[in-house]
Amino acid sequence: MKPSASRHSRQLSAAAVLFEFLGSMNLAITLLVAIAVASVVGTVLQQNQPYQDYLIKFGPFWFDVFKRLGLYNVYGSAWFMAILAFLVLSTSICILRHTPNMLREMRNYRLNVQRRSLASFHLRREWETTMPAAEVQRLLGGWLSARGYRYRTREAEDQRVMAAMKGRFSKLGYFFTHIAIVVICVGALFDGNLPLRLREAAGKLKPETRDLPAAEVPAISRLPVDNPSFRGSVSIPEGSSANVVFLRLREGYLVQPLPFTVEVKDFRIEHYATGQPKSFESDLVIRDPQREAPLERTIAVNHPLIYRGYAIYQSSFSDGGSGLHIAAWPLRPAAGEAQRIEGKVFENSTLQTAQGPMTLEFTDFRLFNINPVPDREGHRRHKNFGPSFSFKLRNATGQAREYENYMSPVEFQGRRYVLTGMRTSPAEPFRYLHIPVDDRGSVQRFLRFNAMLYDGERVRKAAEDATDRSFERLGVNRPEVRGDVVRSMQRLVERFRTGGFGAVAALVDERVPADQREQVTEAYIKVLRTILGELYLELLDTEGVHTGQGAGDAERLFLRDAVAAIDALGAYGSPFYLQLTGYDFVQASGLEITRAPGKNVVYFGFALLTVGVFLMFYVSSRRMWFWIERRNGVTRVLAAGMGSRHPHDFEREFSLLSERLGQHWKVLEGG
Amino acid sequence: MSVTPQDLLKGLEKPPLWKTLGVFDVLWALLVLAGAVFSWLRYGASMDDYEAAILLASGLALIALGWAWKPLRVLTLMVAALSLFAIWRYGDSLKLADSDFFLRFLVSGQSAVMWMSALFIAATAAYFIALFMRSEFIGRVAAAMTWSAVAMGLTGLMVRWRESYLMGSDIGHIPVSNLYEVFILFSLLTALIYLYYEGRYRTRALGGFVLLVISAAVTFLLWYAWSRGADRIQPLVPALQSYWMKIHVPANFIGYGAFALAAMVGVAWLVRDRAVRRHPHGFIASRLPEAGELDDLMYKAVALGFAFFTVATILGALWAAEAWGGYWSWDPKETWALIVWLNYAAWLHMRLTRGWRGAPMAWWAVIGLFVTLFAFLGVNMFLSGLHSYGEL
Repeated sequence: MKPSASRHSRQLSAAAVLFEFLGSMNLAITLLVAIAVASVVGTVLQQNQPYQDYLIKFGPFWFDVFKRLGLYNVYGSAWFMAILAFLVLSTSICILRHTPNMLREMRNYRLNVQRRSLASFHLRREWETTMPAAEVQRLLGGWLSARGYRYRTREAEDQRVMAAMKGRFSKLGYFFTHIAIVVICVGALFDGNLPLRLREAAGKLKPETRDLPAAEVPAISRLPVDNPSFRGSVSIPEGSSANVVFLRLREGYLVQPLPFTVEVKDFRIEHYATGQPKSFESDLVIRDPQREAPLERTIAVNHPLIYRGYAIYQSSFSDGGSGLHIAAWPLRPAAGEAQRIEGKVFENSTLQTAQGPMTLEFTDFRLFNINPVPDREGHRRHKNFGPSFSFKLRNATGQAREYENYMSPVEFQGRRYVLTGMRTSPAEPFRYLHIPVDDRGSVQRFLRFNAMLYDGERVRKAAEDATDRSFERLGVNRPEVRGDVVRSMQRLVERFRTGGFGAVAALVDERVPADQREQVTEAYIKVLRTILGELYLELLDTEGVHTGQGAGDAERLFLRDAVAAIDALGAYGSPFYLQLTGYDFVQASGLEITRAPGKNVVYFGFALLTVGVFLMFYVSSRRMWFWIERRNGVTRVLAAGMGSRHPHDFEREFSLLSERLGQHWKVLEGG
Repeated sequence: MSVTPQDLLKGLEKPPLWKTLGVFDVLWALLVLAGAVFSWLRYGASMDDYEAAILLASGLALIALGWAWKPLRVLTLMVAALSLFAIWRYGDSLKLADSDFFLRFLVSGQSAVMWMSALFIAATAAYFIALFMRSEFIGRVAAAMTWSAVAMGLTGLMVRWRESYLMGSDIGHIPVSNLYEVFILFSLLTALIYLYYEGRYRTRALGGFVLLVISAAVTFLLWYAWSRGADRIQPLVPALQSYWMKIHVPANFIGYGAFALAAMVGVAWLVRDRAVRRHPHGFIASRLPEAGELDDLMYKAVALGFAFFTVATILGALWAAEAWGGYWSWDPKETWALIVWLNYAAWLHMRLTRGWRGAPMAWWAVIGLFVTLFAFLGVNMFLSGLHSYGEL
């Protein structure tokens, strides 16, 4: 018997120790701090981005480490959930341990207090008076009631004890705030993605990673239509409808069918006079087998539609497959007419190049581009840059560059350019090629100028003219070297048109000893600029621009900009410039559709928390005792008390009382 | 004995509320109610139900605050008078801001904020001078300057509110929508909370410390206005067009203001502690309030801040549920609000259940201000997310 009993008690004590540990303040504080720290991680590392972006950012090794740690979705990771679960457990145990005691305390006046212990209070006074004990009791009782105390009295033969308290509901503050945390966490658990993860762990669910139409997504990646809780989004082009939403889950997504169909009849963006957006609105039509007539409603940001427990929010907008009319102008080699391409956003097209066909993937069209630009005083102003479209140009090996082309020219420092941006990876910002436009706002002059550099005959003629003119100026007459000079000038132009000034410098590096390079480069560039100038004048001539007195300021600046643009073409990477000549604008409204049955539970928790916090801080709980003894015709009164939360206010109350009593009674102690 | 037992403790009872109210209290209530009714009659047509409820609740809260803290009434009347004066000078034309003498130099939104800034900085210096010279008079001047700064700042916000409507009825909105405006709000509320405790604890010794943080905010405000033109009134982005903004933002800034106060009281505690250890009866020890009192004030400020920050975060969650489709999205701003909340929750636990006092709590309050500062400013500067309106 005995050993087993002791084992039992040891087990019991182990359980008690665990209980004690889980409910301990140290653990609770540790958990609070742990959640705070984990939360910081989740804000520093942007969450739920495409995995590709993380891979680019961190490289394969750290990408994998971070992935294993669940850092791309910290708040949904198992370890974070575990900390939260521990916090809920710890708080629950804390409540279980303290609540019964607290409820008892709330009702317990501590009438059985010992005189000895009262005498050890920090706040205490003792008086002596001839007033009879019953009278004293009545007097103090009146005062207690008038101050809002409730009290109990214990009367013995020669002594009376009065025990009073006030603000006992502040104790409930503790209970409300702590139970609120549990309630909020449990409610949020309904609405979080824990159910999804459990289903996933059981092998009943697998996120889809391929880009498929919703109808083709296999059943393993589809959720039941009666799924009580989800938060998904869908983008619906104007005039189209959808009956599913998509839930992002790590690197893939899930399909959540809806019991009704949502059609976006129209999507509107209104703008303020300054150009900033004023409102985003969608006209929706809900078609539900349960309804006879379709439901028509307009939603806007901050004004969702709640339908059958499903909340439908206006959350974003995007292109809905706008039609694009494009002229693709050859840049390198530049010659001939443009290819005309008819495309649609989210569709692909083919571009015939000298190196074979390339795939053109249209990714976006934007009607407005409100960008911040510094004004003359350096303040930021917003300016509409007009329509733009984005595309990826993919070569036969699958490598792609991304482009963003604006339709209309934009003014910078008094000169106008058409912008076309390029980047090689989504992690980079776009770098913009500034193509100068002529006085009609067209890129034609630039394109013709660029094309002239590929016109061998013209370049040769310009080189000859330049050579002759410089020979004449320097008084040189050496026909035997004229051919060589002309040819090297042609080579300079060839180098420049394919690789800019960098290629010219490379030519020098190949041929010239190091100590003369700087000088030679300078000379080459001077010569090159002369030929480019010759060609440009010829171009202006054919355009009918009067250049008798030399080119005007505007023309000169144009040349400078055009040369800078051609210099940058090498890095631009596309053999074509895609000019947007027209568009058919179709928008798509981004809707977020959610079901959150835990919401009301969470809101109840919020209410508890608010009430609890104010009870705890602003209801001060106070206790007072009066020990009244009658001996030898003299009444001795000992007063003691304590106040939590606002000890100074209580001290003031106590001292007001004791001052007044001290004026009439004899102070015995603590005076 | 000349006093009967019944009369012995007379006057010490806690009288019912209506008995404590004097003529001025009743007048005050009537005046505030009249103002609220006037606003409703005049602008009720453009308010939704929630906004009408907010108007009513603010009116009642103002009455209660005025009863509990009398100086607030003078402040309110000053602000009302100055604001109405500015509105009257404006009429229907915003252009008068540059040509009308009073608007240009005194009460246009921007000028009033400049006055506020100057007064706060001057008051900071005055509080310190009063502390070092132990001058009651300069202390009173410092307090008067702080009150005036608050009055000018509040007037600035009120007038700015009107100015936004003068720019266009669709542009008009309450000026708590961007960093510039909330910095004004922060300065005001921190000063007001300080002034309340100044009255309650009857000490002006802490004024300089608290106003240091306000001066820092004002410096940022001036830099932000001059270098970025942030003082220009911008229309609201769609996400902010909601009545929730009217309650969420002010509640948040009561929290931030109280946390700032707690931190600066913490600084005062630490300064005093250091000084006392070197010279127990020295210069600083004799001028700053006792450690226990500072400790108590620090606790009260944290508790006030925590209560309002809790409410503000809850309001934010309710708003998020209406605007973004979920009451919690782990957006960086939300998450940092949670971090701030957890931090002060831990602080309060240590004090209330562990009985921690003194140096660790003071240091913690100071560190808490930096955490709060990051949530308030750093998130907008360094992290992207849904709360992207406050960009620098």
